[in-house]
Amino acid sequence: MTHYLDFEKPLAEIEGKAEELRTMARTNEDMDIEAEAKALDTKADAMLIDLYKKLTPWRKCQVARHPERPHCKNYIDALFTEYTPLAGDRNFADDHAVMGGIARFHDKPVVVIGHEKGNDTQSRITHNFGMARPEGYRKAIRLMDLADRFRLPVITLVDTPGAYPGKGAEERGQSEAIARSTEKCLQIGVPLISVVIGEGGSGGAVAFATANRVAMLEHSVYSVISPEGCASILWKDAEKMREAAEALRLTAQDLHSLGVIDRIIPEPSGGAHRHAKQAIAEVGKTIQALLAGLSDKSPEALIRDRRKKFMSMGKRGLEI
Amino acid sequence: MNWITNYVRPRINSIFSRREVPENLWTKCDECGTMLFHREISDNLFVCSNCSHHMAITPRERFDALFDGGIYVDVPVPDPVADPLHFRDQKKYPDRMKAAQKKTGEKEAMLVGEGEIGRTPIVAAAQDFGFMGGSMSMFVGNAIIAAAERAVELNRPLVLFSAAGGARMQEGILGLMQMPRTTIAVQMLKEAGLPYIVVLTHPTTGGVTASYAMLGDVQIAEPNALIGFAGARVIEQTIREKLPEGFQRAEYLLEHGMLDRVTDRRHLRDELVTIIRMLMGMTPPVQGDLPAPEDTPQLAEAPADKPKK
Repeated sequence: MTHYLDFEKPLAEIEGKAEELRTMARTNEDMDIEAEAKALDTKADAMLIDLYKKLTPWRKCQVARHPERPHCKNYIDALFTEYTPLAGDRNFADDHAVMGGIARFHDKPVVVIGHEKGNDTQSRITHNFGMARPEGYRKAIRLMDLADRFRLPVITLVDTPGAYPGKGAEERGQSEAIARSTEKCLQIGVPLISVVIGEGGSGGAVAFATANRVAMLEHSVYSVISPEGCASILWKDAEKMREAAEALRLTAQDLHSLGVIDRIIPEPSGGAHRHAKQAIAEVGKTIQALLAGLSDKSPEALIRDRRKKFMSMGKRGLEI
Repeated sequence: MNWITNYVRPRINSIFSRREVPENLWTKCDECGTMLFHREISDNLFVCSNCSHHMAITPRERFDALFDGGIYVDVPVPDPVADPLHFRDQKKYPDRMKAAQKKTGEKEAMLVGEGEIGRTPIVAAAQDFGFMGGSMSMFVGNAIIAAAERAVELNRPLVLFSAAGGARMQEGILGLMQMPRTTIAVQMLKEAGLPYIVVLTHPTTGGVTASYAMLGDVQIAEPNALIGFAGARVIEQTIREKLPEGFQRAEYLLEHGMLDRVTDRRHLRDELVTIIRMLMGMTPPVQGDLPAPEDTPQLAEAPADKPKK
């Protein structure tokens, strides 16, 4: 069963009708409905393209959070070989909201780190909905150190609503862990590529995305605060999330105009969740291209490049 | 009657009301309710003389008390692009900025100064919670970078007083990008071998704690300051249980190993002098009150000309 978002309701109706016709035809062989069903399919396709062509910022948030959107694990399985997960922060625990390890990307060894949200109730609980605790960031720091020592490029996949707001997380230094992870991103002398594949939730995302090159999927979002959070603070009404999403400029397109990200990765029509394979392949191509662009840089040049990128950020605003 | 009610009575009232004390002469401590006289309270660094509650202190008031003789020079901060997102919630961002500027008399939420404390040259930066919740804007990022660059240039330590609710929402992703930018500023100090001392004041939360405010060589907090990443209400809603007494307060963080020290504001200056002089390999500080310098402008300029240590 496809999960439809609220704005996809008219689409769901058409696709449902086509499905219904085909079911009827299966039980009644005399009926010839194929032509009618095909017409509905065409209508649905056109509507899908139309809907996704002009997604509002809030709708993009919904697409970015779509439960069937490919998650970190799907990307790792499809794009990497010999993936060998490495666990634990050597202090307290292994955080399942963050997965990472060594793997081969186009035969070259790399370190891959990402937030994993899970795709059913059980796995979502296991992965804590992609909300990392300090241990997750400290695991990432450990893996980045490993990459630095053995000269392996680092690829991070960002998909988190934000760092986990919990009692234990605070007691064990959530903010310190995030700060150190960002610091580590800036210190390593190997290429660091980051792709926002879904939600780039605030500080929890920055801790992985302080990279030489940052790319975002077309319908992913990256924001200082969730639209709901922003709405409840500035509008004193969490229901104003549409307005907040608009004001925050959290889409890949806006971030690209602001010079915060380097590349937008196109998604198949109807979003990554409808054609996961295609979306994942596009991300793979982008990572490969971005890595190639950094391959001849020395460790010092890579560190300089990263610093320069962030230091010069904010020189231009949006033109309206 | 009319003449009396309409003219005489208001006149009499206005004469009497004029003799009332100005509003700001007395402040009520929000912790113990004691009425404190304004002179007493500013002499006591805005710490309640009855219950030692630490009230808010503006960056200027803090610098006046921190630097020798209250003398310091503002370090210039480059201006960022104004309102880069054309942000508008119920109010326009430029209007919110103007209101904050009017309220505080400051340009933005961070002040950077250079001067001496206990004859120890430093660069200091202080965040102003009264200015849009001290929120980390592009200006704040620029201020921290300017502070770090100046400290490196003068070979001095940087003391940073943090106070903020987090990144400034009205600058969206560019507010968030101050996390890596300020982290780079901290790295500049570390590479130059200069101490970076953070004094966390009430409250310091969100993206500010998750960047420069948690990366100090020495982490000091003022008593009872609220320090954390996520807001207590959000945590309670997420975990659906009551949080313990003192959660996310300075003493709680000290207990959990997240801070080096919790220090009363009235002892903070001496402590900073002691720590900095040791870390910088200087001679022990002179004890007792130092006389205010006489030729003030010259003194403020002087440290820059001194040979580097």
